[in-house]
Amino acid sequence: MLTRDSRRRLSLSADAFTVGEIREAVSTVTDPEIPVLSISDLGILRGVTVEDGEARVVITPTYSGCPAMSEIRSAIEAKLDELGVPGRVETRLSPAWTTDDMTPEAHRLLSKVGIAPPDNAVTCPLCGDEQSRMASFFGATACQALMVCVSCGEPFNHFKALRGALGQ
Amino acid sequence: MQSTAPQGLKPGFGGPHFESVLRHADDNLILAQRLSAWISRAPDLEIDIALGNIGLDHLGVARALLSHAGELEGNDRDEDDLAMFRNERQFRNLILVEQPNGDFAATLVRSLFIDAYQVLLWRELSSSADKVLAGVAQKGAMEARYHLHHSRLWAIRFGDGTDKSHHRMQQAVDDLWRFTGEMFLSDAVDHEMMEQGIGVDPSSLADEWRAPVTAILEAATLEVPTDDYQRNGGRQGFHSDHLGHLLGEMQWMQKSCPGLTW
Repeated sequence: MLTRDSRRRLSLSADAFTVGEIREAVSTVTDPEIPVLSISDLGILRGVTVEDGEARVVITPTYSGCPAMSEIRSAIEAKLDELGVPGRVETRLSPAWTTDDMTPEAHRLLSKVGIAPPDNAVTCPLCGDEQSRMASFFGATACQALMVCVSCGEPFNHFKALRGALGQ
Repeated sequence: MQSTAPQGLKPGFGGPHFESVLRHADDNLILAQRLSAWISRAPDLEIDIALGNIGLDHLGVARALLSHAGELEGNDRDEDDLAMFRNERQFRNLILVEQPNGDFAATLVRSLFIDAYQVLLWRELSSSADKVLAGVAQKGAMEARYHLHHSRLWAIRFGDGTDKSHHRMQQAVDDLWRFTGEMFLSDAVDHEMMEQGIGVDPSSLADEWRAPVTAILEAATLEVPTDDYQRNGGRQGFHSDHLGHLLGEMQWMQKSCPGLTW
C-alpha cells in the first residue's frame, strides 16, 4: 500500500513511484457490474508502463460492447489522479480477452457471491449440483447467462465461458 | 497502420481501406440501432435482454471500427462524426441490416442470416494484416458464435412451433432472402483489400454460409427460398427507403444540438 508520505511526494511525474506501485494502485479498481472482482482478477488489466514520467495503463474489454469500460477507465484515471501521477488509459482489443484470463481468485470470489464461474461444469453455487438448465442466454450482465438448478430449483447467474477455440 | 486516405477531403470515398472498414462498421452500427429498438418491447423478458445485449455487442464493434475508419481517412472525423453526420448515401451497410424489425420473426431471421455471415467473416478477418481490424474480429468471432447459437435455437423453436409461428417465420425467410446475396458480392474495394492481406473475398464465404443456414432452416421445418432476385447496392450507398427513417431517428439529437455530450 502507498503510505500518506509517499502520496506527499506528489509531483507531475510518474517517476516518483515504481511501476509496481502504480500497478498495485490501479489494480484495486473493480468491475462496476460485478464489484467483487478487481480488474486484475478479471484479467482485463493488460499492463502498466511508465515512460517519460507518464503512466500508461492498458485495459481490454470482456465483450465488445461492455458498458462498464468507460466507468473502469474513469476509475483508473481517478486512481492516477489520487497518486498525482500523470497518465493515460488505453483500450486494446488484441489479443482478445477470454475467461481463461481470469485468476483462480476471481473464480473463488464469483462462487462466493452466488455466480457460477466459467468452468467446464456449471456448478450451482447454492447446492453444488452440476445439473442445471439455461433459462436465459443473457443474465444480469452481458457476460452472464441465467441458469436454473435442476436439483434445488434455484436460479443463478453463470459467468459464461468465452474461449477462442472452445467457445460456443 | 499507414493510412491509404488520399490528401484532402473527398466526400464519399476515403480510399479502399477506409471504405472496407466502414462497411463492416456500418453493418454493425445499423443492426445495433435496429436491435436496440426492441428494448422494453420484446415478447418476453428473456428476449428483451438478449436482443439488447446482442445489440450492444454490435455497437461495440461499430464504435471500434468507426474510430479506426476515422483514423484511416485522416480527416479528423471520430466515431461520433461518422455515425451522426453522414447521410444515407454515405452509409455502406448491407441492405439486410436496415430492414425493419417487423414482427419478432423478421428480427430473428435477419439476425440468423447476419450471425451466420459474421461467424465466417470475423474468423477470416482475425488474421488480417490490419491489426486493429484483426483485434475487433477476434472478439467478434467469439460473440458471433454465441449470437448464432441464440438465433438458431429461436428459429427452430418458432419454425417448428405452432402453425402461426411457422407461417410467420416462413414469411420472414421469404421476405429477407433477397437481401442475403449482397453479403457475398465482391468489388474493387474487396479485391484491393485481399491483395494487401487486409480483407476477405466475400464471395468465398457464400457456400460455407449456405450450409449451416440451410441446415437450421430445415431443422426448423422451413423451406429455403430460390435465389431468383437479389437486391444489392448498400455497399455503394444505394439503400432501401428504411435507412433514411432509421437515420432520422438515430441522428436527430446530434443534428439538432451538434456536439452535445452526456
